[in-house]
Amino acid sequence: MAYVKAGVGCSHVPAIGVAMDTGITEQPYWQPVFKGFEKSRQWMKDNKPDVIFLVYNDHCTAFSAEVIPTFALGCAAEFQPADEGWGPRPVPVVKGHQKLASHIAQSVILDEFDLTIMNKMEVDHGLTVPLSVMFGDVEDEWPCPVIPLAVNVVQYPAPTGNRCYQLGKAVRRAIDSYEEDINVMVFGTGGMSHQLQAQRAGLINPEFDKRFLDLLTEDPVAGSQITHLEYMREAGSEGIELVMWHVMRGALNEKVEEVHRHYHVPASNTAVGHVILENR
Amino acid sequence: MAKEYEDIPGTFVFDADRSREGYHLNMFCISLRLAENREAFKADPEAYMALYPMTDAQRQAVRDRAWNGMLELGGNIYYTAKLAANDGITFQELAAKMTGMASEEYRDMMVKGGRSIEGNRSKIEWENK
Repeated sequence: MAYVKAGVGCSHVPAIGVAMDTGITEQPYWQPVFKGFEKSRQWMKDNKPDVIFLVYNDHCTAFSAEVIPTFALGCAAEFQPADEGWGPRPVPVVKGHQKLASHIAQSVILDEFDLTIMNKMEVDHGLTVPLSVMFGDVEDEWPCPVIPLAVNVVQYPAPTGNRCYQLGKAVRRAIDSYEEDINVMVFGTGGMSHQLQAQRAGLINPEFDKRFLDLLTEDPVAGSQITHLEYMREAGSEGIELVMWHVMRGALNEKVEEVHRHYHVPASNTAVGHVILENR
Repeated sequence: MAKEYEDIPGTFVFDADRSREGYHLNMFCISLRLAENREAFKADPEAYMALYPMTDAQRQAVRDRAWNGMLELGGNIYYTAKLAANDGITFQELAAKMTGMASEEYRDMMVKGGRSIEGNRSKIEWENK
């Protein structure tokens, strides 16, 4: 049967992708950001996933204001990196895993989570930046297929932390009931504290971020109860992206061990956070 | 519906009301993701804007590049950022403009750890400054 051994939490700041794409990761500004992922890249080699289930948000790229699905599951054979206005990132096409994706769709919907199914979807930096930081530079293809789950965090209200956490549990039940013997790694991306808009732009709250990461490992139920108001007030209006980490956490065991943590301010306008959690 | 988040200072939460009000403004902005639309906008800004039934105030905010004004009129930052990108403005430069800081000053603030949460939680804190 398919199984989940570990989860990854990771920011998806677009400028991190640009730094890799333009080869400036050794510059003093970027060096500390990437230093924290050196261990992660080795860990990815040692714990190579067969499939990644990646929770992220689209930034008005695949979905304009016309269509705003709360949860959209990528079931296509492949996902093209999107042109976000500066040309597509020079990274490989993301291959999906259609058989597992359709199994998850069927299982999770019968589990009462009403997903939108995407049989054609472009993916933006929200999905490709976490792959880049975790795998490092890749040549012609990504090391494994990816199943994207796009979550609306752009238009208020995003799904609640609890809803995301419960969805993660449903995704885990789906993976556990898939008959092929494969290792599925779950990524929750976005955050950490940041505000990109209006007069309060630039807000960073390391105390909130640290508490969030501590709860994620030690008391995920309490973490999942953080309200939207608290995210927006304490972690900035775009800090609400952190709800997506609860999907990842819900897909893990109740007990996990944090085997790696990285936190750095800033990358562009954002606090970069990253954890690796292994099931215990 | 009570909107407790309206108490957060210097912030326009993009809720369903703003989404409704800003729909055409946001669709105009996001269209600039594509090069052919950027060229059409550059060639004749007024004719291109006329393709989108925005309000007069929204049109004027676009002409003035009133970045906070667009947000107040229902724009969302991920959309207005496409207009900024069209103008050759990076996301961080755009953030600086919205805060009223010079780009260098804003960048320095971020390098030093960003804007502190202290004094920035509630509108009353800004009023008492």
